[in-house]
Amino acid sequence: MKVAVIQFPGSNCDTDCQAALLFFPGVTAEIVWHKETSLAGYDVIVLPGGFSYGDYLRCGSIARFSPIMAAVRLAASTGVLVLGICNGFQILCEAGLLPGTLMRNRDLLFRCETLHLRVENNDSPFTSVLHQGQVLEIPIAHGEGRYFADAETLQALKANNQVLVRYCDASGNVSAAANPNGSLENIAGICSHGRNVFGLMPHPERVCDLILGGTDGRGIFQSMIDWMAAHKSNN
Amino acid sequence: MKAVVTVMPKPAILDPAGVATARAMEHLGLKGVHSVRIGKSIEIEIDGADPSSLTEQLHEICHDLLSNPVVEDYKLEILS
Repeated sequence: MKVAVIQFPGSNCDTDCQAALLFFPGVTAEIVWHKETSLAGYDVIVLPGGFSYGDYLRCGSIARFSPIMAAVRLAASTGVLVLGICNGFQILCEAGLLPGTLMRNRDLLFRCETLHLRVENNDSPFTSVLHQGQVLEIPIAHGEGRYFADAETLQALKANNQVLVRYCDASGNVSAAANPNGSLENIAGICSHGRNVFGLMPHPERVCDLILGGTDGRGIFQSMIDWMAAHKSNN
Repeated sequence: MKAVVTVMPKPAILDPAGVATARAMEHLGLKGVHSVRIGKSIEIEIDGADPSSLTEQLHEICHDLLSNPVVEDYKLEILS
């Protein structure tokens, strides 16, 4: 499986993502500069976290016009897996590849801590090795992670089971107290209608090695690897 | 020519910075503050004297770049 990790000016989780992916046998992961215009030959595209363009104007609003984004859009339209983490999620929303947007945290605080996520749906290329209701411990680090969408969009997200992870407590209860940023219905990550684009605010790449404090992030990458293996053998 | 774009959070959207600022105003003794909304003002100076030829393009840029239509409204004013 060949992965492109897109590097925007201000990305700062690009090499973390690359390192996390390289833990998995058979995976190659390359950093691709945002001025590139083609992503031909890559099986998976990762938009990493960071502060692309200094978060000027709105998070992700300028990165979404980077030259590489036309190639990301094209790849997404052909079913290539696209994963956006933190700033990557913000960019995907700004680009219209995922619905809704990420706003300033409810309490105006930059939240940097490990918390719990409940897997809401495992019928996706990003969650298939996880169990419905499984609780993951994954860190967040963001000031603008309050997911918002209008009522109609939210309804559609839920009807299509596009909400893949929600913030919860250690026992898996999705509650207001477990919501770190005021996200609508504790939403931490959603996938596209076609299920091949996934954005989440938490950082799975930071918990792929015990030496970093946990391995709960591995399931997301393993799901993608398994899905690719099945998908490729079907072709 | 010069244009000013004002971008504001939509009325229904929670603006936590506005709420915090309203609270600070109350602490400073200003009575009766029931709403503070914080937006952006963007001043643009462009070559060319004919505003009408650029209006459509500026609206596109306001919609696609300067505001996020999911949560923000914008107002475009051409000043000269």
